[in-house]
Amino acid sequence: MSAAEADIEALVLHDITKRYAAVVANDRVSLRVRRGTIHALVGENGAGKSTLAHVAYGLVLADSGTVTIEGRALGRGGPRAALGLGLGLVHQHFMLVPTLTVAENVSLGYEPHRGAWLDRAVMAARVRDAAHTLGFELDPDARAGDLSVGEQQRVEIVRALARGARTLVLDEPTAVLTAQEVDDLFRVLRAWVARGHAVVLVSHRLSEVRALADTITVMRAGRVVAERAAGQADAAELAELIVGRRMAALERRPGKPGAVALALEDVHTAGERDALRGVSLTVRAGEIVGVAGVLGNGQQGLVRAVVGLESTVQGAVRFDGEDVAALGVSARRARGLAYVPEDRLEEGLVPDLSLAENLLLAGRAPEFDPWGRLDRARLQVRASASLAEYDVRPRDATLPARALSGGNQQRLILARELGRMPRWLVLAQPTRGVDVGGAAFLHARILAARDAGAAVLLVSADLDEILLLADRIVVLYAGRVADTLDAAGADARRLGVLMTGGART
Amino acid sequence: MDAGLLLFAATLRIAVPYVLAALGGWASERGGVVQIGLEGLLLVGAFTCVWVAHAAEGAGWSGGAAASLGIAAAAVAGAVFASIHALVCIRFGADAIVSGIALNLLAAGATKFLLTLAFGSAANSSRIAGTSASGEGFSGALLATPLVLVAVIAVLACDLAARRTPFGVRLHAVGEHPEAAAAAGIAVARVRTAGVLLSGVLAALGGAHLALDQHQFTAGMASGRGFIAVAALVFGRWTPRGAAGACVLFAAAEALQIHLQAHASRAIPTQLVQMLPYVVTLIALVGVVGRARPPAALGRNAAT
Amino acid sequence: MNAVVHRVRRAAGAAALPGVAVLAALAAGAVPLALLGHDPFALYARLFADTFGSGYGFGQVLFKATTLLGTGLAVAVARHAGLFNIGVEGQMALGGLASACAALALGPACPAAIAMPAALLAGAAAGAAWAAIPGWMRAWRGVHEVIATILLNFIAFALAGFVLIRYLADFETLHTAAIPVAARLPRLESLVPALRGAPVNLDLVIVLALCVLAAFVLARTRWGFEVRAVGMSERAAAAAGIPVRRRMFEAMVVSGALAGAAAANFVQGYKHYFEDGFTAEAGFKGIAVALLARSHPIALVPAALLFGALDRGAFVIGGDVPKEFVDVLQALVLLSVVVAMRRRSRRVAPEAA
Repeated sequence: MSAAEADIEALVLHDITKRYAAVVANDRVSLRVRRGTIHALVGENGAGKSTLAHVAYGLVLADSGTVTIEGRALGRGGPRAALGLGLGLVHQHFMLVPTLTVAENVSLGYEPHRGAWLDRAVMAARVRDAAHTLGFELDPDARAGDLSVGEQQRVEIVRALARGARTLVLDEPTAVLTAQEVDDLFRVLRAWVARGHAVVLVSHRLSEVRALADTITVMRAGRVVAERAAGQADAAELAELIVGRRMAALERRPGKPGAVALALEDVHTAGERDALRGVSLTVRAGEIVGVAGVLGNGQQGLVRAVVGLESTVQGAVRFDGEDVAALGVSARRARGLAYVPEDRLEEGLVPDLSLAENLLLAGRAPEFDPWGRLDRARLQVRASASLAEYDVRPRDATLPARALSGGNQQRLILARELGRMPRWLVLAQPTRGVDVGGAAFLHARILAARDAGAAVLLVSADLDEILLLADRIVVLYAGRVADTLDAAGADARRLGVLMTGGART
Repeated sequence: MDAGLLLFAATLRIAVPYVLAALGGWASERGGVVQIGLEGLLLVGAFTCVWVAHAAEGAGWSGGAAASLGIAAAAVAGAVFASIHALVCIRFGADAIVSGIALNLLAAGATKFLLTLAFGSAANSSRIAGTSASGEGFSGALLATPLVLVAVIAVLACDLAARRTPFGVRLHAVGEHPEAAAAAGIAVARVRTAGVLLSGVLAALGGAHLALDQHQFTAGMASGRGFIAVAALVFGRWTPRGAAGACVLFAAAEALQIHLQAHASRAIPTQLVQMLPYVVTLIALVGVVGRARPPAALGRNAAT
Repeated sequence: MNAVVHRVRRAAGAAALPGVAVLAALAAGAVPLALLGHDPFALYARLFADTFGSGYGFGQVLFKATTLLGTGLAVAVARHAGLFNIGVEGQMALGGLASACAALALGPACPAAIAMPAALLAGAAAGAAWAAIPGWMRAWRGVHEVIATILLNFIAFALAGFVLIRYLADFETLHTAAIPVAARLPRLESLVPALRGAPVNLDLVIVLALCVLAAFVLARTRWGFEVRAVGMSERAAAAAGIPVRRRMFEAMVVSGALAGAAAANFVQGYKHYFEDGFTAEAGFKGIAVALLARSHPIALVPAALLFGALDRGAFVIGGDVPKEFVDVLQALVLLSVVVAMRRRSRRVAPEAA
């Protein structure tokens, strides 16, 4: 690469700002990626790194700022324009058609043809040549759906290269890979970069990324907070920058835990994403166990296994010592389980039912008499009381749930779930999208439930929330428990290291 | 031996409308748009063919030429009728199942309506000369209408198109994973519309065969063939060859039943034979449902 | 008083969109009429004048509306669970057959108090059993009920035809023997003289009662609530501990029972025998009625009346325009409604089907 060539940077993002309603996803972010380097963009959930990647690829239009790919400005042409300028993106969730072959997927949208017929020879050659360049073999005729996750990712990379990408952006590429596949991927990326190209690696897995990257940029809450050359980066310092310096809040009230109420013993769940690969933990009555970790490391599997939405393939889930494997959601709820799901609108509520009717969604509601008839007067009383107690606004129980703001919807869900004096309470991202005041209210109610004796499992990507509420903290990484800490004196630094894969127990 | 050949010829002849309609169903559903309006499209094609051919014969055209014009008109009418489905489902994002039902009702009503207006009878139209004189013998059965050949070619063409042309790959992608297709720069709505229009053309041609074979249009003459075509598509696992194969199977059963009846065999009641294709498909659906997987995006057919 | 006003307002608001759709369809239908040289408005006026203007005409409308109300209710109940019961026609056919068979089996000596409900229940049971098949297939095998019910329709027709011809038909006819008088549903003209001549019968009252019952069950019972929740959001229902598959199955069975009972209007109330092909597209029209009413059991009544009026109106304008024009009009209404209520094709739920 000549000196002149090296001067033109592969990708320059200058002063990018992107706002979504009240949230500033990117706040005057600038990034320079030099050719021949691997540039890592790290941060936790909500840091803004995925948004930035999408802006670079033209999928998202920034409110202000410029994107320059190899010296040429990216206009409003979207991904096609970005590819034309030489930038490709490998999505976190692959964009492959599982029933088509590798060659067909790679050439999708710009298929080579002779007359009316597909030129399969050219299609196969594209795959083989690109793969060879990157140092691996890929069978053009294999069905994409039959490949392992790691191989599918290679198809995505090959596709970008075959379309002329010289700068490759990968969004959370290692989230679904095994350790061996991660090594293979890194070898491929090094080969890519050795040809004078560039790689931008968006990830929260700091430990992996440190081994690979030349430069590391840390983002937090939409801003760039640090940039280091790999050699000069101190792991612990970086981890702390990622999660931000946090002190356990002064209002933290420790609980008075009793006996073990909920136990998981070496639980495994199925699936490739967000699955559990051998998790053991306990929650005592009157205690809040906070599950920290970047989303996608097993949180969904954990929640679904405890609630009963999914069966375990191995291991046991015990409620007060009883193995609940044979019990469905209804039976678990009948015994005293309450569940506040991560997805308010898809799982927590039925948006078109009224507020009052949504209150009926927590198992066998008492408003139905033994004949199954609904006592409307009683429901109305309960609805008024619940809406008042949880300060849900507007206070009209006949409104459809979709009419409420996110914060109020969450209050409604909590009113329903906590109103049953649960023995086990599972919450996932309970204050996501809720304003500060609303979040404080919800936190107070969760603490109240704990003080009334519930065993609370709190899954949250918000470290502040975990540090505030939890008595003990479990960090999930790659489907396993990285470590369990007492919240008192929990170290932000240590948590950051655990969440980004730094230490394994 | 002779009877076997005759049976074979009869099977082919009976199979034509099923095959063409099923291929039409494939073209639409492979792209992700549910198409149960095949019954209506058969009627539209049949009526248009007879109407136009009759008018042409009245203007002095020969039977064969008039029939050809009728066939062409049927294809156009099918495309136009199917474009309603495309508009409603793709552009407006409405439910394709209901749209298909509505279009069947519309076709049934409209063809009867126009039948009365054009031919003065609510039951059947006037006769048209159509193509080949008799339906006797092997070649007579085979070439009863030019559409027998068209059907055979259509199966090959769809099969080839599916696996060997860019359009085929894109149609498949759009029906399996429209987000991936869009990310690859494919105009999803446009590809789907092409599939739906093609379904109109093919199914209408199937209807034209029906009409030419009987030399007239009879109210409700599709008699459920459009729904058997849907069943054949499912049974054939949403591939052109599979669907065509299933259609031939069903047609064979029907030919056999006619043959047995003609020879005064009281062994198998007609209704039970009529039931057979449906029962077989049902069993296949239940037993094979894991493998008879529809296009993944079938049913999510809004334009975005 | 305010509560009543509020509910009327809400109903009016809910009726606005389908109302506009109907008007749009009528307007679209006016085009071919005009092209044929007729005055569309005069024709429409005549259509509605006769259907609602005369006692006999209105009676006919009510008669046709009764069947549509029955099938519409069947479709609506399944819709609430998020399912498309296209098999209403077949369930109705088998229901009618079972009903006639039960009545004939009970014999002329059986008193009306037993014969009438027995025949009705036999019809419902047959419909329920037939709907249980696609219900099971959908709930536990994941087979889409649209395909299954369409296939089962044809099997039902063939089966009914077979049984009829083999065992039951009166000589040289396509219908069974007449059912005993005790099993028949009396005509309403004995109560309302203005309806003299029209075949509208007690089944109208029965079906109306069923609509009210359905409205009650859906809105005020746990089962109804759970079914609606399943139809609106399977995920939320599962998270709430509702047995999703079981409710889907049950909804289909209930839907089939209603469809089977819908045969009573014809078999017990009019011709007094089972006849091959008596269903005459009522199943498909029931789908249109249910959609127009957005599956609300009470709104089904005006929707069924509209379609019933159009059915009746076909005969009225039949002198000038082929009566099939009404079929076209009904199809246009359905199309228009499905476009107008895209993304709202459930009751009021905007999720895609």
